[in-house]
This record gives sequence, structure tokens and C-alpha cells, in this order.
Amino acid sequence: MGQAIAFYTLAALILGFAVLVITAKSAVHSILFLVADFLFVAGMYVLLGAQFLAVIQVVVYAGGIMVLYLFVVMLVNLKRPPEAHQDRRRRGRLGLLFSLVVFAELALIAVYKVASPASLVPPSAPMGPNNVEQVGWLLYTDYLIPFEVASMLLLVAMIGAIVLARREA
Amino acid sequence: MTPITPAHYLILSAALFSIGVIGVMLRRNIIVIFMSIELMLNAVNINLVAFSSQVQNAVGQVFAIFVICVAAAEAAVGLGIILAFYRNKETVNIDEMSLMRW
Repeated sequence: MGQAIAFYTLAALILGFAVLVITAKSAVHSILFLVADFLFVAGMYVLLGAQFLAVIQVVVYAGGIMVLYLFVVMLVNLKRPPEAHQDRRRRGRLGLLFSLVVFAELALIAVYKVASPASLVPPSAPMGPNNVEQVGWLLYTDYLIPFEVASMLLLVAMIGAIVLARREA
Repeated sequence: MTPITPAHYLILSAALFSIGVIGVMLRRNIIVIFMSIELMLNAVNINLVAFSSQVQNAVGQVFAIFVICVAAAEAAVGLGIILAFYRNKETVNIDEMSLMRW
């Protein structure tokens, strides 16, 4: 019962703030709504028993990536509103239609395939309370090479961002 | 009130993903489009963690960490490109970013 209340509250907040993100006029408002959205998603992770991921979400997303976005919005000082110019060939209605088709398809798959009880693997060994230890164990044993490759990816992205954003001397 | 099943999480995730798709399709400010992409990545993460919780296996959370890592790299490089483009063209409107369209 308590879980259901928490789920519906968090789900409503996540979807509501997501709608605010894409409808807000100013990009700064979008960013602030997105930070709130990420915090509620972190709450959803806690509800699902993924505490470590919830902390990562708050630190990396809400703390790191969004500050990056905020910096870019501040650097890009626009003299005219960014949405002023519109291409005549743009098909907004068609895009909305495609998005709704995507949603209908995903929801149908979720309802018909996952709701049938036979399609889900029953819980094997219980995961236990120590979430951080389990995630760390997996990261440093089975997924050690992807983990190291991810660090290389971040290094390359860092260098790439510096090279791209540097002023030509 | 029915118990919360993975299907609930999947529908939430599908809705969040669709909101992200709508943002990408309809907005013209490229920074907002990037934020919509982050919304879609979060929808994927909710899926991964929901199944991880359902089958009691932490591998889904490990994959969600990789998704967050890729999202961070994507945001850094993408925002660098936006800044470089803004220096040249003084715009962040994707309808004006048509240099390579024939």
C-alpha cells in the first residue's frame, strides 16, 4: 500500500516535471525542472532498492551534467528568442503523431508481454540489503573491462569537449 | 489498490520516453532537445532498474551506471559542439542549422 502511494506520487511528479521541461519557454526554467525531475527519478531508484544508483543519479546528473547545461545556457546569450525562426518544411504535427505512435507501441508491449506472469523470470537468489557491495562486486569482476572502457570514453569526451569549445588562437 | 508490477514501471518509462521524443520532435532550441534526450536516457534507466529489482539481479544497475556514463560523455561533447556552433552562427535554433542540407 505504502509502496503504491509512493510509486504513484513519484510517477506523477516525474511525468509532470518532464512535461514542464519540454514546455517551458526559457531554457533556464527547463534546466531547473529537469533537476527536479532527476531528483524524483532518484527517489524512484530508492523505491526499487537501488540506493547506489540513486546517489549516482543525484551526484552525476543533478549535480554535474545539469551544471554543465546551465553554464552553456549562460554562455549562449541570445539577442533574439531561440524559437523565433521556423522552417516552413518543419512538420510539427507529424512529429507529435510519431511520438504518440511510439508511446502506444511501448505501452502495448508493456501491458501484453510483461503483464502476463509467465514471461517474467521468478526471483532467484534474493539480492540482500547491501546494494553498494553487490554493484561494486559486479563492476570490478564481471564488468571490469566495460568499466575501464567507460573511463577511457569519459577521458576522450573530456578532451573532445575542450578541443571543440576552445577559441581558435 | 493493485500491487505495483513491472508493467507499471514500464508504462511510466514508456510515457517518460515519449515525452522525450515529443520534446525532440517539437522544440527548436537545441539545448532543450539535449535535455529531452536526457529524459529518454532516464526512462531507459528506470526500465533497467525495474527489471533489476524484479529478477533480483544487480546487473541491471551496472548497465544503468554505464548509461549514465555515456550520457555524461554525450552531454560534454554535445554542449561543446553547441558552443562552437554558437560562436560561428550566433544561434541555437536547429531550423537555422541547415548548413549540410541539400
